[in-house]
Amino acid sequence: MRPALLLVACPYCGPRPETEFHCGGQAHIVRPVDPAAVDDQAWAEFLFYRNNPKGLHAERWLHAYGCARWFNAVRDTASDAFRQTYPIGSPRPDLPTGGE
Amino acid sequence: MRRFSIGALTSEAFNAQQGWPRQWRRAEPKGAYDAVIVGGGGHGLATAYYMAKIHGMRNIAVLEKAWIGGGNTGRNTTIIRSNYLHEESAAIYNHAVRLWEGLSQELNYNVMFSQRGVLMLAHNQHDVRSLRRHIYANRLNGVDNEWLTTEQVKAFCPPLNTSPDIRYPVMGGALQRRGGVARHDAVAWGYARGADALGVDIVEGCEVTGIHRNRNGAVAGVETTRGRVSTPRIGVAAAGHTSVVMERAGVRLPLESFPLQALVSEPVKPVFPCVLMSNAVHAYISQSDKGELVIGASTDQYVSYSPQGGLHITTHTLEAICELFPQFSRMRMLRSWGGVVDVTPDRSPILGKTPVPGLFVNCGWGTGGFKATPGSGHVFAWTLAKGEPHPINAPFTLDRFRTGRLIDEAAAAAVAH
Repeated sequence: MRPALLLVACPYCGPRPETEFHCGGQAHIVRPVDPAAVDDQAWAEFLFYRNNPKGLHAERWLHAYGCARWFNAVRDTASDAFRQTYPIGSPRPDLPTGGE
Repeated sequence: MRRFSIGALTSEAFNAQQGWPRQWRRAEPKGAYDAVIVGGGGHGLATAYYMAKIHGMRNIAVLEKAWIGGGNTGRNTTIIRSNYLHEESAAIYNHAVRLWEGLSQELNYNVMFSQRGVLMLAHNQHDVRSLRRHIYANRLNGVDNEWLTTEQVKAFCPPLNTSPDIRYPVMGGALQRRGGVARHDAVAWGYARGADALGVDIVEGCEVTGIHRNRNGAVAGVETTRGRVSTPRIGVAAAGHTSVVMERAGVRLPLESFPLQALVSEPVKPVFPCVLMSNAVHAYISQSDKGELVIGASTDQYVSYSPQGGLHITTHTLEAICELFPQFSRMRMLRSWGGVVDVTPDRSPILGKTPVPGLFVNCGWGTGGFKATPGSGHVFAWTLAKGEPHPINAPFTLDRFRTGRLIDEAAAAAVAH
């Protein structure tokens, strides 16, 4: 069972209730450097295609009602448990699947 | 199948209603089928029913990982309407409403379709303009929808607080009189019973764990928890788990899965005459025939496969309900639950071919799939039987995200729906 309200470990403020946060969707999406050079399918994938795994998912989060800073998080979409938070710009940590 | 009729019910009355057979067989999966449908919800079962009934394909199976109607078909708030803005959407949802109107007779099963009217409220000038634009667009597309003033809204839905001093005063509303509700379980059971009587195998407790492809890349069969099944044609109708199933065929879709929550109150005497929706404060409410108030919330904000969701989402919805209906503020809520819904970027479904030959998908209905059940099944059956889309679902391609021909109901309503 998932808790009724998640605690999100903001890397700057520590654990806070999820109502203080805004989820910004999938992390690590890179805009094509030369948009005119990519074909329609690649452009569609940049705009519309998102990872939708049942398992670990890297996301951007904003501590909107707190420090107002963005950070990244790896969360398990099956249980909603946060596995790790890490700063924007860092690579996605290599976490083992499973566990919770 | 034993048909329900006044004669059959009367004769069973003298038999303590003991003479009724199982409504569908407990089928074992065979080794091969002409087509397999993955997902035994309303859409999958309706697809199987129309494939057998209209297209004569009877050597087919519906594979359901759990039990019939245990997913989103049994978790939604049963609202049926077709007042969508764009003509492609109006066509498919109105196709469904027409089928709903004859569905109990078609299936010989009472789906309790009740056209009590769906009323959408306007709380600000933007809502008023948006709803009026919808009304004009709907009329051009042959969909009934009409504007009600605040006084007319109050007359149509007396429990509503239309006082001008509430936080978001009611400035009028759009009413689709042909909209309403149906009993969701009966829809699943009725289609399952009808499909079974036509020879369709409905296999419960059978999860698809892999999709086999032949040397040409086309579909060859499925691997399931109950053995391998060969088939040249697969229709996936797996709602929130579509991405998980399609990944097994190497197909990526523009979908994200979110929990959508609903809740019901304790049952009370009839107090609520219609279906009422408010996009601005985000709440929708109706009363079931058992007497429970059925209340729907919005989706959680992040991708999740947990059929539960956050408590603050339902709290927000109940605050909106209590503002519009102060008299319900002391009612007790009996149950709340969630379902996992698959949402597309333009909030319109994907219904048709995939890049894999023989693999078809019916997904992306997001938060509003129940209302489309008969229409979706009807056109998806056509698509699976003929290998080509029906004219009604032809615009709902996967390719629209590449070409840019979106059917943008997200922008039209500015909320999930």
